[in-house]
Amino acid sequence: MNPILIIVFAPLLAAIVAGLGNKALGNVAAKSITTAGLFLSCALSWPIFLDMVFNGGSETVVPVLQWVQSGSMSFDWALRVDALTAVMLVVITTVSALVHLYSWGYMAEDPDQPRFFAYLSLFTFAMLMLVTADNLVQMFFGWEGVGLASYLLIGFWFKKPSASAAAIKAFVVNRVGDLGFMLGIFGTFLVFQTTSIPAILEAAPAMQGVSHITFMGMRLDTMTILCLLLFIGAMGKSAQLGLHTWLPDAMEGPTPVSALIHAATMVTAGVFMVCRLSPMFEAAPVALGVVTFIGAATCLFAATVGTTQWDIKRVIAYSTCSQLGYMFFAAGVGAYGAAMFHLFTHAFFKALLFLGAGSVIHAMHHEQDMRYYGALRKEIPLTFWAMMAGTLAITGVGIYHLGLGFAGFFSKDAIIEVAFASGTQMGLFAFWIGVIAALLTSFYSWRLMFLTFWGKPRWIESEHIQHSVHKTPEEAGEDTTGGYHPHESPLNMLVPLGVLSIGAIAAGYVFKTAFLDEASFWAGSIAYNEHLMHAMHEVPYWVKYSALVVMLLGLSAAIYAYILRKDVPAKVAEQIGPIYRFLFNKWYFDELYNFLFVKPAFWLGRVFWQRGDVGVIDRFGPDGAAWAVSKGAVYAKKVQSGYLYSYALIMLLGLVAAISWVIM
Amino acid sequence: MIGIEHYIVVSSILFVLGVLGIFLNRKNVIVILMAIELILLAVNINLVAFSAFLNDLTGQVFAMFVLTVAAAEAAIGLAILVIYFRRRGTIAVDDINRMKG
Repeated sequence: MNPILIIVFAPLLAAIVAGLGNKALGNVAAKSITTAGLFLSCALSWPIFLDMVFNGGSETVVPVLQWVQSGSMSFDWALRVDALTAVMLVVITTVSALVHLYSWGYMAEDPDQPRFFAYLSLFTFAMLMLVTADNLVQMFFGWEGVGLASYLLIGFWFKKPSASAAAIKAFVVNRVGDLGFMLGIFGTFLVFQTTSIPAILEAAPAMQGVSHITFMGMRLDTMTILCLLLFIGAMGKSAQLGLHTWLPDAMEGPTPVSALIHAATMVTAGVFMVCRLSPMFEAAPVALGVVTFIGAATCLFAATVGTTQWDIKRVIAYSTCSQLGYMFFAAGVGAYGAAMFHLFTHAFFKALLFLGAGSVIHAMHHEQDMRYYGALRKEIPLTFWAMMAGTLAITGVGIYHLGLGFAGFFSKDAIIEVAFASGTQMGLFAFWIGVIAALLTSFYSWRLMFLTFWGKPRWIESEHIQHSVHKTPEEAGEDTTGGYHPHESPLNMLVPLGVLSIGAIAAGYVFKTAFLDEASFWAGSIAYNEHLMHAMHEVPYWVKYSALVVMLLGLSAAIYAYILRKDVPAKVAEQIGPIYRFLFNKWYFDELYNFLFVKPAFWLGRVFWQRGDVGVIDRFGPDGAAWAVSKGAVYAKKVQSGYLYSYALIMLLGLVAAISWVIM
Repeated sequence: MIGIEHYIVVSSILFVLGVLGIFLNRKNVIVILMAIELILLAVNINLVAFSAFLNDLTGQVFAMFVLTVAAAEAAIGLAILVIYFRRRGTIAVDDINRMKG
């Protein structure tokens, strides 16, 4: 049996067993089965990936089942393994396995653990289907599968109204993107007469600028339209500017879910899709420009918002959004390898940051607001060091001339350099945005660290802590800890943190050559632009050091504002009041959408309901019929007088009529 | 000479009297039973008259059957009536409307 079959279907099997067995199976059994399934997948994925790294990429397609055969349309269930898939395989299975393990500790007190683990495994299966897809329809299957799993997991604590609302929001916003993706698939089938990805990619370069579609009187380039539609799908899934509003709200889900789905894997599906279809995007330069622009805009937007949020998970969520922006503009300038490299390293350090944040939240009695943290460095040292590794990785600490650095240093710097090296105006724009976003990234990441781990304890202000120690701030007096003792997380939470820390520290250094400089590794699974990748290494030194310099700037700003002069942030916020409020309210996107879409949709729904349903259909349909029957019955019952002679008369008349009819 | 028409006229008059007796009757149920007897008699006259005119005995045999059935019907009808009167204390037609919808 081919290992890829086990990799993909072990999580599905585990999900079915744990999901159907549920309470009958018991917590420990359900958790063991799902976790074992994932570790099995993970153990089988790494050899595939490492083999490709050291021996060059190869490609295998394992057919599973015939699916649809209808006229000229035919597609099958098939698992495709090439370098691009292998990268995703290790990312998904590794993070998922570690998140399963971590959830043993984090969800230990939850009453619904089998359901949680079944969902997690189901998600992993759907994600694996997505990345191993050989045709667009199977990719769409995985795409919707991860959407469903994301919905179920965001709304896992469905008794909380905010969690249900966030789940619905994630689902609906993703639907907008999915519509674009679907139209893209339909259009691709219309143009290429196939949904098979290799066939499409082979035919794509010849299509550049050749064919046009006339739509509402406009003559549009076919490839541009197709790529833009597909990119809308990617925007929805990867929370890019415009369709990003669901991601911060998705933090309502349990923290391991945020780490797995909303940081490391599902949200990167959009980047993966753009890379998978990179030859198609290469044939549509206009669409690539849009990808670059949206990516850069998201990168900046999310970073600015991240600097003002107080909820530790929301800061990391906006950080994810921003890092996805990096990946997109890397893809947009043509450096798909760099985009995938950042996806790879980001999965490690962002999952690490989320799980670290989960560990902090666990230690702080479910308090998520950073204003009530402080001085946790000594209390939970292992979590602190893990978070430190994640922060050093995300801020991109490393020195070019030594060739040493954390994971984010290699991937993020590669993206910034390649944007500069691409030489286009859009690339240059993305470069500057990328540098500014790196500054902001460094600032908000260190702000998170300083607020959480440095300074004085501010715990007693938190309602959660007050509940825990049964004291009000007044009663606690001078002792701002309130007598609360944060406890380090159990071992099954610390082990994933440790493993991910290794990834966050070393993943960049170990794999940078394979991802960035070896066309043989990718072996045609993405469009590899040798010239561009070469130009990336030739950029001036000031470009190479720009990211490090802005990182230090951000770090010193954060030290100044959150350690040395703690009154500064409030003063600055007051001085730039409108801008601060603009950022704090996330650029008013939610309010804008509420005004533009949600309110009109509710209004329209109400009109259809009141005027259409109640006013027309009910009135003339069921209600009207019932009314006519009851009114008619009032008259009809008068015929039934109950007097024998009137019945006899009617019988006679009937008889006479019948006989006359027969005789005549 | 008395022809077949005369018999038919008499029987028609009897029949119509019987029918009207059922419909216009506002008194009591015994009148309805009597009206039914009238209708049956009208039928009998027709049967006997045609039997005589057509020289076919079947009609007269049928008349005997009808008389028998009429006797039985009257007996059963009166029996029901007696029971009904015992239960309800009235046999006025206007009070018998328990089938009203």
